[in-house]
Amino acid sequence: MQDRPTLRELLDAAEDYLRTDLRPQLEGHAAFHTLVTANVLAIVKRELDGFETWNAAELERLRAILGGEGGLHELNVELCRRIRAGEIPIDDPRLLDHLIRSTLAKVAIDNPRYAGYQKALRQWPQCAPPDAATFDTRR
Amino acid sequence: MSEPAAGGGEEGPLPVGEELESGLLCALRPHLRGARAIEGLRLLSGGASQESWSFDAVLDDGRRRGLILRRAPGAKPGPTLPKRDEAGLQVLARAAGVPVAEIVYVLEAGDGIGAGYVMQRVEGESIARRILRGDELAHARTVLARQCGEAAARIHSIDRGVLPELRVLEPATLLDHYRQLSDSYGDPHPVFEWAFRWLEERAPPAGDLRLVHGDFRHGNLMIGPDGLRAVLDWEGAHLGDPMEDLGWICVYSWRFGAEPPVGGFGRREDLFAGYEAAGGGEVDPAHVRWWEIFGSLRWGIICQSQGFSHLQGYIRSVERAAIGRRSSETEVDLLNLILVEEGL
Repeated sequence: MQDRPTLRELLDAAEDYLRTDLRPQLEGHAAFHTLVTANVLAIVKRELDGFETWNAAELERLRAILGGEGGLHELNVELCRRIRAGEIPIDDPRLLDHLIRSTLAKVAIDNPRYAGYQKALRQWPQCAPPDAATFDTRR
Repeated sequence: MSEPAAGGGEEGPLPVGEELESGLLCALRPHLRGARAIEGLRLLSGGASQESWSFDAVLDDGRRRGLILRRAPGAKPGPTLPKRDEAGLQVLARAAGVPVAEIVYVLEAGDGIGAGYVMQRVEGESIARRILRGDELAHARTVLARQCGEAAARIHSIDRGVLPELRVLEPATLLDHYRQLSDSYGDPHPVFEWAFRWLEERAPPAGDLRLVHGDFRHGNLMIGPDGLRAVLDWEGAHLGDPMEDLGWICVYSWRFGAEPPVGGFGRREDLFAGYEAAGGGEVDPAHVRWWEIFGSLRWGIICQSQGFSHLQGYIRSVERAAIGRRSSETEVDLLNLILVEEGL
């Protein structure tokens, strides 16, 4: 076990420095790229919060749909192959449920303030990634 | 899908700074009466496919002419139109009544400063968030959708016989191109795959081929208080389905959180009315809609390729890396569009 500050607390410190201290001292491209870098750290923090449980849920759904074993990458490759080959119809309810859940989990990490994500959450509240509402949504 | 960009001839870095200033002055003098100095040269943006430089030409009588140099970077091949043809298209578009920057001079190999052209610097705003929120552009936002429709109709009306040689990009070709591009990264995207299937089953037939701008959206539209002042960035121009341009400007990503479907500023009805009034022919909204949904997929794959241009060391950039993570936004858009709005 590592000492505090924790991983999360270290990332907080780095992000705050970039956003609050460094960025106002810069101009133009440098200021913009500093903001982008702070936003990247915010993505990393959300992914640390969410990825284990959400990835486990995605893996479980993929195994149920595809009926096989394998890791996330391998099963996603296989899902793509079956969609392309027409082996899974594009209106298959289980496929659609999976795509909605997996995509909401991705955007909840990448950009939870995105208007299209908010719209999708209102449309499919039952597919919202667990605990996403408690995440830090700065970017 | 790609052709070598018209390079400057010799390999090696292109002139910048004072060397570029003096090269520009020599090249422009015979074409810009009384030009005696180049001032304020600065790089606005440098990308994989082109550079944009802003500068002033100072004339003998002290007047200044605001200009832009658009230049192909180095000798690296790119998927875009040769700069000479890009300039030629702007001349044709201007003659057809499209608001376009005036071309002042097309660089020759003998100028020794690379391949490119110099055009008038049109003053205005091209950054979407400012166009959508700026008080001084409130009036512009009310007329812009119609003006964009008119401009698109005039681009599409240009006689094919006068055009330079252009790529032909029909729906099937574009689907295939973006599928291969996405496949080349080996990073699976089931929502892209699913959207490809939906689009392929409904692809419009290859129709009458017209000049298509190819990137008709925020960033490439210079806006002033009076509305559309110039359609910029013709490097993606090709022959194809004219509805591609109308669909692309309606893509959800260009609304930046605003409600109106055309670039976040206007209604589709006004875009189409302007198009029809300027002689573009009758618009089938469902046909445009296909291109809008294709546009979300296209933008998603462009985001993916921006991320991979960083990962592959082609352009090392935290911004590119971050854009790679924006393809998920287009995936949620594709689900909203196809499942909710189209009711699959």
